[in-house]
Amino acid sequence: MRLSELPKGSPAVVDGVDDAHAADPIAQRLRDLGFVDGEPVRVVAIGPMGGDPVLIQIGSTRFALRRAEAARVNVRIEVAA
Amino acid sequence: MSASTLKIALVGNPNCGKTALFNQLTGGRQKVANYAGVTVERKEGRFTAPSGRVLQLLDLPGTYSFEANSPDEQITRDVCAGTYPGEAPPDLIVCVADATNLRLHLRFVLEVKRLGRPVVLALNMMDTARQRGIVIDVPQLQERLGLPVVETIAVKRGGAKALIERVDGEVPAAAPAQTDDAASRADLHAQVRELLAATVTMPRATAAIDDALDRWTLHPVFGLMILAVVMFLVFQAVYSLGKPMTDLIGDGFGWMGEQAATLMSAGPLQSLVTDGLFGGIGTVLGFLPEILVLFLFIIVLEESGYLPRAAFLLDRLMLSVGLTGRSFIPLLSSFACAIPGIMGTRSIQDPRDRLATILIAPLMTCSARLPVYALLIGAFIPTRRVFGVFNLQGVVLFALYLAGILGAMAVGWVMKHIRRDKSEHALLMELPSYRLPKVRDVAIGLYERGAIFMKRLTGVILGLTVLMWFISTFPSPPAGATGPAIEYSFAGYIGRALQYVFAPIGFNWQISLALIPAFAARETAVAALATVYLVGGEASGLGQALAGQISLASALSLLVWFAYAPQCMSTLAVIRRETDSWRNVAISFGYMFVLAYAASFVVYQVARALT
Repeated sequence: MRLSELPKGSPAVVDGVDDAHAADPIAQRLRDLGFVDGEPVRVVAIGPMGGDPVLIQIGSTRFALRRAEAARVNVRIEVAA
Repeated sequence: MSASTLKIALVGNPNCGKTALFNQLTGGRQKVANYAGVTVERKEGRFTAPSGRVLQLLDLPGTYSFEANSPDEQITRDVCAGTYPGEAPPDLIVCVADATNLRLHLRFVLEVKRLGRPVVLALNMMDTARQRGIVIDVPQLQERLGLPVVETIAVKRGGAKALIERVDGEVPAAAPAQTDDAASRADLHAQVRELLAATVTMPRATAAIDDALDRWTLHPVFGLMILAVVMFLVFQAVYSLGKPMTDLIGDGFGWMGEQAATLMSAGPLQSLVTDGLFGGIGTVLGFLPEILVLFLFIIVLEESGYLPRAAFLLDRLMLSVGLTGRSFIPLLSSFACAIPGIMGTRSIQDPRDRLATILIAPLMTCSARLPVYALLIGAFIPTRRVFGVFNLQGVVLFALYLAGILGAMAVGWVMKHIRRDKSEHALLMELPSYRLPKVRDVAIGLYERGAIFMKRLTGVILGLTVLMWFISTFPSPPAGATGPAIEYSFAGYIGRALQYVFAPIGFNWQISLALIPAFAARETAVAALATVYLVGGEASGLGQALAGQISLASALSLLVWFAYAPQCMSTLAVIRRETDSWRNVAISFGYMFVLAYAASFVVYQVARALT
């Protein structure tokens, strides 16, 4: 599942970031900002126009990502162990 | 530089409170300039430590990573690495991290550590961290990181004491430098996790107050309503807080001019002092209060953390006209002046988004246009109440701001569709915690920006006011002349030549004449009009003089002209410098001239038909 498809409020875990093309600086920056395997994420708000951008809570930080940016991030919904 | 001066570089993630810490350490003793050849701001300050040693502090641009994505991030990386030309490598790096957001900030600390330079970590916002019940085992963190860790509260008096003591002591030993490759970069996150697990307990990932506020400010409906109300209040405040102070300054300078005149014999010199110097400066300086009120709001909104929220709400809209939510902040700054606005576009990483924002920024109604708006609105628009609450003059002012914004959107939309590069560009914007702006930080910001405006004001405007006085006073009218003296001056000839170009949009020769210095700096148009209408005359006020001399249609046309007209020379110079291209300057000037002429033409012809 892609982060862009994650419903608002559902907790999920990052499952890697895909490069949209070779040497994708957006994907690299996402990794630097903490979008790495196993990191819990959540959609906390969506933009007023067309649900774009989305506001992502990762760690203690909130990042506004456009849907195309959020689509680079794979997420999985983990059943509480 | 004495041997005892220690060069300290201050680095950190954006929103770590680095600038507040810099202000706390250096107070007002700061020097703001640019890095040679680029337009990234270089902020340097000094302070004397208790030992008597002078510490030189460099506030580097905030960055998330040394994998730089923009010019300011590159500078931070290169200065820290000691490879930036003309900048001595720092003796010590103070890395500032937000204690409430260590998951993000510690990664950068590890990146800085790998440079192999002496590093001190300042855990900032420790007060907020404690309030939120975050417990950090500082000795343990210090041991695991292998570098000195001090606690700071940048926004509290004395909150940097531990940091001052630490940097005043022995320079810590540097960790061994490590190579930077993809594998080791990926490893940084694992290290951060280990550190956090061992040293930090956090009852809750976010501040409850942020969650509560964001539910309202980011709400699809209420969020936009709050944004609209905030914007509207800002502009009403500019008019109702700034205007009375403005009148006071105008009267003060008028009185000083009269006093000066009584000390001199009648003649050209007396006329230069009263009409040229005091009249001109007083008229223009009088608008400083309105400008400062506007800056005050922009700085407070920025410091409080609201601006990125506004950018979040507006990103989709901005994107639809070929911009980005990040364009919002430079564009909002352009309401004060396009120059800091255009310079502020440096935080936009994508060159295409940046250029689009630069080209549109001058359409935002800058404060230099306020004098012209205020004069014409005061002279032609009655002070009526609309819907019982709003002042009609304020409503017209709001409409002019709106005209600029709508024009900018149209231009952005056209640019988006005619440009060749249509690829993707990132938003990736952090929404920081809400913070109560601190008086000192607001005051320093206000002072810095006010000083920039004043520097432009005194140099350019004083020169032009005197030049205007000269060309509108000489040559003197021939013996037996019947008209006002100015009709026989150089100014009269130039204005009459230009009026053929501007007649279709309702400008007489006096207005055409005032447009010449307006190109140098828009606010001088008022000084120029004051000179052409008052020199040798006995008018009691420029507004009244104008109301008697030009029609309502011409006044409206002039207002619209100033909403869209080609920007001042300084703005063009900044565009040249920021984009390194004369072509962009030509595009900018050309499209604005056409837009302004067309809009004024329509307004003038329609208004004339109706009145």
